[in-house]
Amino acid sequence: MATSVSVETLNPKVLRCEYAVRGEIAIHAQHLLQQLERQPGSLPFDEILFCNIGNPQSFGQKPITFFREVLALCDHPNLLDREETKSLFSTDAITRAKKILAQIPGRATGAYSHSQGIKGLRDEIAAGIASRDGFPANADDIFLTNGASPGVHMMMQLLIRNDRDGIMCPIPQYSLYSASIALHGGALVPYYLDESSGWGLEISELKKQLEDARSKGIAVRALVVINPGNPTGQVCSYMYDVTRELSISSFFWGVHQPQVYQENIYVTNKKFNSFKKIVRSMGYNGVDLRLVSFQSVSKGYYGECGKRGGYMEVTGFSTTVREQLYKIASVNLCSNITGQILASLVMNPPKAGDASYDLYEVEKDSILESLARRAKAMVFAFNGIDGITCNKTEGAMYLLPRIHLPQKAIEAASAVNKAPDVFYARRLLDTTGIVVTPGSGFGQVAGTWHLRFTILPPEEKIPSIISRFREFHEEFMAQYRD
Amino acid sequence: MVGGGGRKPLDYEELNENVKKVQYAVRGELYLRASELQKEGKKIIFTNVGNPHALGQKPLTFPRQVVALCQAPFLLDDPNVGLIFPADAIARAKHYLSLAPGGLGAYSDSRGIPGVRKEVAEFIQRRDGYPSDPELIYLTDGASKGVMQMLNTIIRNERDGILVPVPQYPLYSAAISLFGGALVPYYLEEEANWGLDFANIRQTVTAARSKGITVRAMVIINPGNPTGQCLSEGTIRELLSFCYHENLVLLADEVYQQNIYQDERPFISARKVLFDMGPPMSREVQLISFHTVSKGYWGECGQRGGYFEMTNLPPKTVDEIYKVASIALSPNVPGQIFMGLMVNPPKPGDISYMKYAAESKAILESLRRRAHIMTDGFNSCRNVVCNFTEGAMYSFPQIRLPQRAIDAAKSAGKAADVFYCLKLLEATGISTVPGSGFGQKEGVFHLRTTILPAEEDMPAIMSSFKKFNDSFMDQYDGYGGGSGYSRM
Repeated sequence: MATSVSVETLNPKVLRCEYAVRGEIAIHAQHLLQQLERQPGSLPFDEILFCNIGNPQSFGQKPITFFREVLALCDHPNLLDREETKSLFSTDAITRAKKILAQIPGRATGAYSHSQGIKGLRDEIAAGIASRDGFPANADDIFLTNGASPGVHMMMQLLIRNDRDGIMCPIPQYSLYSASIALHGGALVPYYLDESSGWGLEISELKKQLEDARSKGIAVRALVVINPGNPTGQVCSYMYDVTRELSISSFFWGVHQPQVYQENIYVTNKKFNSFKKIVRSMGYNGVDLRLVSFQSVSKGYYGECGKRGGYMEVTGFSTTVREQLYKIASVNLCSNITGQILASLVMNPPKAGDASYDLYEVEKDSILESLARRAKAMVFAFNGIDGITCNKTEGAMYLLPRIHLPQKAIEAASAVNKAPDVFYARRLLDTTGIVVTPGSGFGQVAGTWHLRFTILPPEEKIPSIISRFREFHEEFMAQYRD
Repeated sequence: MVGGGGRKPLDYEELNENVKKVQYAVRGELYLRASELQKEGKKIIFTNVGNPHALGQKPLTFPRQVVALCQAPFLLDDPNVGLIFPADAIARAKHYLSLAPGGLGAYSDSRGIPGVRKEVAEFIQRRDGYPSDPELIYLTDGASKGVMQMLNTIIRNERDGILVPVPQYPLYSAAISLFGGALVPYYLEEEANWGLDFANIRQTVTAARSKGITVRAMVIINPGNPTGQCLSEGTIRELLSFCYHENLVLLADEVYQQNIYQDERPFISARKVLFDMGPPMSREVQLISFHTVSKGYWGECGQRGGYFEMTNLPPKTVDEIYKVASIALSPNVPGQIFMGLMVNPPKPGDISYMKYAAESKAILESLRRRAHIMTDGFNSCRNVVCNFTEGAMYSFPQIRLPQRAIDAAKSAGKAADVFYCLKLLEATGISTVPGSGFGQKEGVFHLRTTILPAEEDMPAIMSSFKKFNDSFMDQYDGYGGGSGYSRM
């Protein structure tokens, strides 16, 4: 009896898409983890060090106390009726929870909300955006989603009609984009960031790729910008050029920009400017440019990945298109309420004078400072190893060192049918227990090889990760020296 | 792609056609009109979506206590925590925090926290008497996500057909449109208590195949939405046998399994029946079963907690499904904990058991009473007949619209049941979903309402409906008896 749902008969788009972050290396790491649990001592290392996913709280990063207080009170509003609650929760958390509950019809945090998210929370988020950027934001432009990823999928769904619709993505890029484009049957049009200039962008490169795609019959529909970059970590300084270029050429106007790392900026000379702020300050108002901006509660200093909270702000769309977006959002009814509440807290945190402000600032600064220290230590260490160069990370949670692999290593990889960086990453894992994501998962200039490391392992583990890596790398290079 | 002054990518005309084809009436025209009226100050009773807490149903206490503690684990360190949280809630919070390294703020395994999936497997085993493998259970952000993922995995092109009951919950039709597949409808028989007619279904499949459609899967919703019927064991056997012979994967939407309001046909899962049937079918029929924390007596819609369980899928297929799940990284962790609590609730002897049992019982018994009140209420109205709501959360009365009403609707540019429901909304504030949103036989009209308004409000709601309906029928059907029909 032929089975209906077998690999031969699955949707080919599902078969085509890939997501290296939880791909081959990560799966193997899970097997090794289980092996260590069953047979301690059976491997050359005694712990797996996950440096592959931006998942801060799994490494011991603590959540922001104020946020969790408010969420707990919203989860169990009966607490607000109890006297004892005042001794367990800070006063401003109690006030904020009451305010949020008042914005929810029936104070029912267990009810489906409006499909774009609870109106009062969207108002707060819009106010937060306006206060950050100095330009107005509208609650009706905001769609609260289960993390930023569903918003990306919705836009891909809306934009991609067939395999000749192209979406421009920075290379290297966070593989959500390549996976989503494949899943929705579109074409990824790469534009290569320049490693030698700190992952900057030459506009000539953008234009070249655009013309190249068009000559192949691809209709380029949108451009993705990731700021700060993932996996590259740079704070984008090319957005003015991109906007100017797009406006002159008027090729396309849909722009995607995940800003999910906007709080993680580690260099003092660079500041995060949202793409929307930039285009508005250049004089483009709502109707001139279609811009979709994504934010998430998973990153920043709050790192609340497990809550699946986020939003997209869609500006410059016609009403009829907004109706389509609303319709798609409504099929899934709404995003989870905890995530919605958290998104509003992130965009409107404690202010000076609030009871929780001091603790909030201390917690936030300590996390950001620790991330900056870890980033610096790791970049410095990588650049001190022969055969490795690493751009400094200005933002986000990742490093993307380049491994200058000798020809023999490339041939050895080819012999086992693996990309050289996958081959290297697998060896690294098997030898040291360190889990990274190979650069080929993100795309890279042909003939260059990278690994993406997160900077998230606890600070006290960083020196040992560096030394184990260095030892491995030196042995590997010795083995495959040309 | 035209440059300079031409069409832009996000102009309506340039959008993905599949997106434009999607319809989801549950939050469509009636709902939007109701929201407008609400903004203008009119009191609206929203009965358009199965959203119990929005209509005053209270959350169960125990799960909220546990999740609040998981949310703010520093509470567990406070010496006073025992004053406001019972010891078993505290213990359970610690249990879930131990299962989720990193707490609620970390991405979990893309399939969901292993310890919670184990609790789900144990629940399934207790329920059905057959072992269940946690590795084949995936937690999702609501059951809808799982349904969409499965349909996206199955549908390759516009010639892949999915058998869907009519009337159906329009998630199925919307998803099939979105993924570019073909919806192959099989009509439920209203006069036979929304039963299945297998002779008809076979004919439907043959007809589809003759048009070049490859029928891949069959959806069954048990208990039904919007229809509420509970399937007998015999019917489920026939269904599974049908899928076996026709090589279809069965998608069993069982999200309302806790909502049963009659005793003749208790809930029995498709998986149990499949295993009862033994080999070869028990080893070959591919089955996906869906469940959620949004319905039952929990009603925790806003948490977005659900799961699907795969039976008899080849390992490589499971790998592909895992791959797609991994792109979303993980389902939301609080929702996963709600799922764990739902499948593994307080037991007799636990401190919170009495309260938990009392709260649950009260909700279920009230739902049962409301199912009767609504069915009887509709049946007392002119030109309205209503099958009893055996399960789920909805009432789906048939409105026998007089020809003059149908004509008036046509002149107003509306489907006849949309016309009726809009008038109902404007007259009474009751916001329903017209039957056309779920599919119905040609010329037969329905509306879907929920049985969720508070019990004490029911009599007034039903009398308000009756007043509107009978006056509507007077207007369009002539006075007195005429061709009027009612079941009571």
